[in-house]
Amino acid sequence: MSEAAVHQGVTAGPYEPSLFGTYSKKIGMWLFLLSDSLTFGALLYAYSYGRISTPNWPTPFHSESIRNATLMTAFLLTSSLTMVLAVRASVFGDAKMQRWWLMATMLCGTGFIILHGREWSNLIAEGLTLPMFPSVPGHHAAAEFADVSKTVPQFPATFFGLTGMHMLHVTIGVIYLGIIGLRKKFIPVLLGLWLIAWLATPSYSPFHYGAHVLLVGAIVASVILWLKPKVYDSSDVEVAGLYWHFVDLVWMFIFPLVYIMSTKIV
Amino acid sequence: MMDATQIALEQQVAEQHRHHSKAQFFWVWGALLVLTGIEVYLGYQNMEPVRMLTILMGLSLIKAGLIIAYFMHMKFEVSRMKWLTMSSLLVCLALMCIFFPDAFRILRLGAR
Repeated sequence: MSEAAVHQGVTAGPYEPSLFGTYSKKIGMWLFLLSDSLTFGALLYAYSYGRISTPNWPTPFHSESIRNATLMTAFLLTSSLTMVLAVRASVFGDAKMQRWWLMATMLCGTGFIILHGREWSNLIAEGLTLPMFPSVPGHHAAAEFADVSKTVPQFPATFFGLTGMHMLHVTIGVIYLGIIGLRKKFIPVLLGLWLIAWLATPSYSPFHYGAHVLLVGAIVASVILWLKPKVYDSSDVEVAGLYWHFVDLVWMFIFPLVYIMSTKIV
Repeated sequence: MMDATQIALEQQVAEQHRHHSKAQFFWVWGALLVLTGIEVYLGYQNMEPVRMLTILMGLSLIKAGLIIAYFMHMKFEVSRMKWLTMSSLLVCLALMCIFFPDAFRILRLGAR
């Protein structure tokens, strides 16, 4: 009866048939992603605007940075592959493989965050910083960064704003997949990660305070799982996958615009 | 309680997913890695910035297309979904280009 309801456009329940031929959760996620792409669009346009209107735009990324960013890109692309494999396992009802692929995706996402965090820390230690970041004790700004934060403040502002927003999205994505894949078991893992990230980073690092995102994530995840405990099915995995692929998609524009176009060729 | 139509739609979408081969996803992943490799190679060529930007954005659009079409399943959605989501997004992003002439104006003013 349900099949007939979908194909003939007749409602089986109290609601109208779907205008887009798919279920509401997926349409909701697509609408969110469309609005979120405008957020990233605005940030990318702001970066490009700054770059066009500033003649002495810095090109600070050496081979090491490009290698790091390429590895980050490979992590994200691989995570997208493992994510579609998780969706595939879920539609075949293979719960074990679904969980393994989701964990592989989370691992790749975590690898991306760690590499990105390392790169941020190196750039901050070399003197590319924002006024809100505390200064790194015992470090002197490298010659090429000594004046950048003062003479071209648009560069660190747009760089940290854009990549920070993306890193936040990846972090939320890892938490989201953790909830879908591990449910309540993920909460203690998340709290453990929060403690490690908070206590292992020095107090002058932006990640010392940024780690609290994980605590907020753990609280939100607990509330969600407490209010609506359920076994997440293939549709939930697919919707989470849409979010994850979107995060990957955005990086496909950040990587060439921010890194490749700012390569310092020696 | 979930509406029966929603359950039926979820089952229908899951059935579509069952027909996608693993090989297809591996091909897309390989293509994305190759395109990324080309981008990195271009980064080390001493090209004129506007030309390089044009090529890089072209490659990024191809990569975005592959991700949306295959990984995000858009290729297999009904045409109404494809057109409404993609056209509205592209129009909104294109409208943001209105700011770029101002960036060139500032450049011409010689602002430092």
